[in-house]
Amino acid sequence: MSDLISMTLAEARDAIRAKKFSSRELTGAFVSAIEKARPLNAFITEAGEQALTMADAADKRIAAGQIGALEGLPLAIKDLFCTKGVRTTAASKILGNFVPSYESTVTQNLWDAGAVMLGKTNLDEFAMGSSNETSAFGNVINPWRAKNSNVNLVPGGSSGGSSAAVAADLCLAATGTDTGGSIRQPAAVTGRVGLKPTYGRCSRFGVVAFASSLDQAGPMTKTVKDAAIMLKTMASVDAKDSTSVDIEVPDYEKLLEGGIKGLRVGIPKEYRIDGVPAEINALWTKGADWLKAQGAEIVEVSLPHTKYALPTYYIVAPAEASSNLARYDGVKFGYRAEGVRDITDLYEKSRGQGFGAEVQRRILIGTYVLSAGYYDAYYSRAQKLRTLIKRDFEQAFEKCDVLLTPTTPGPAFGVGAKTSDPLEMYLQDVFTVTVNLVGLPGISVPAGLSENGLPLGLQLIGQAFDEATLLRVALAVETAADFKHSPAKWWSV
Amino acid sequence: MSVDKDTVRRIAKLARLAVPESRLEPMASELNGIFQWVEMLGEVNVEGVPAMTSVVAQKLKWRKDQVTDGNQADALMINAPGGEDHFFVVPKVVE
Repeated sequence: MSDLISMTLAEARDAIRAKKFSSRELTGAFVSAIEKARPLNAFITEAGEQALTMADAADKRIAAGQIGALEGLPLAIKDLFCTKGVRTTAASKILGNFVPSYESTVTQNLWDAGAVMLGKTNLDEFAMGSSNETSAFGNVINPWRAKNSNVNLVPGGSSGGSSAAVAADLCLAATGTDTGGSIRQPAAVTGRVGLKPTYGRCSRFGVVAFASSLDQAGPMTKTVKDAAIMLKTMASVDAKDSTSVDIEVPDYEKLLEGGIKGLRVGIPKEYRIDGVPAEINALWTKGADWLKAQGAEIVEVSLPHTKYALPTYYIVAPAEASSNLARYDGVKFGYRAEGVRDITDLYEKSRGQGFGAEVQRRILIGTYVLSAGYYDAYYSRAQKLRTLIKRDFEQAFEKCDVLLTPTTPGPAFGVGAKTSDPLEMYLQDVFTVTVNLVGLPGISVPAGLSENGLPLGLQLIGQAFDEATLLRVALAVETAADFKHSPAKWWSV
Repeated sequence: MSVDKDTVRRIAKLARLAVPESRLEPMASELNGIFQWVEMLGEVNVEGVPAMTSVVAQKLKWRKDQVTDGNQADALMINAPGGEDHFFVVPKVVE
């Protein structure tokens, strides 16, 4: 059955429509692959039984000729999307037993299109992390291992369960969310595609909030075409999210064709950062050559405030998180501490026991930068920096149509290798956070292997609401890179 | 500016977060590391630069001021850690 699970989303869609196999057969193959892959800890909640029920319903619709865009296709959902009747934890003890009575708009869109839910994937607690090591439900293990090594590596984060699930063929595609790189970085270090759409393209309704001005849902897939297919269904204009933008969702799959002749690809010189391994920069150069060979024009551009993006992010994101996470107080839902003296004690102990170390650290940073006397020095200054960073991009896009950069400063690293110093972990997002600060779309495409045999990605950054062009250039990178590698399935032997 | 143990205690209180005494000192040192790094933002001249309020140029949507949902008391209580009938139970707040 391994041929079934290694299909792309587009291949499976076409095969199901051609009645080559049923959704039940396909879903059953994934359910058993997921059971065998438990050593990876990619899922917090497996929903095998429900998946088969959904598959049967899809098969009935197919028989009746009612075929949705994703009819019968099994997907994995990051456990940050609320799913009605299915536990949604945000990988936190504080939401450990939370069962939503409503559905997020993005997942509702997927089910309306006929998709099947295989389960809820692991992540960093409240999506705060770059290695999936802050989850209250344990680390996720990257399906990839370095050449001649048995060392467990991280799958990136925060959408580490989703990235591992896609790379290990445990689903056709997965949803992720990206606040500072949480879709693109894990996709890059697992050799798969990750797309963060423009802020406002996918509804945030029903997605557990981390930093509301930065959060955006997006697809994690095996191919660029699959990302186009997923985005078409995930994206919508939603009255339940006031920041959802009223722009029609185009047919991204159709718009993939046409090539990149004459397109201007910007290379931001500030993304050449000291300490980044030579192989990363070499791959970047190669990527530019690939696009040039397909008729694009390569132009050097400048984003002068690049080095301020990461510190700006670490003010803005914790500030928003500290207000968003104020709702977890042990009263209306979520974890409640026992043996408390009074209501304040209930709040403090429930939060102290319910939140993990990284979440607590970010709540404290956020509370500090928003507190009286520090607001102007930190938060207000950071919001001004965002304006300057946005101007950088506006000026760059006068000279080019898309930007090409590396996705990460290196390949996947060992479990526990970067947990002792929070700053070192934060630096994993150095190439990805900028686009969140300015709301632009970005995509990571697998582009090659590192010296030790681990996947590396290239990132493309597009203009607001022009995911179509972004995907077209991503397809050009994918075609040239011809990345056909997959991890050895060491967990299921 | 540097964060000490007392500052961590104060912001933990503001954040309604019980941080054990033994964690105050290590947390202060972690936060200091982060704030020292963030200090680099001080070198940028932001004179006259407006603070960003929205990443996407759009007007916030308006809708009619009317009830769109409601009567969900049962659904709201499903996840309540201390719930009785349609009430959230908390420790006594009035002596």
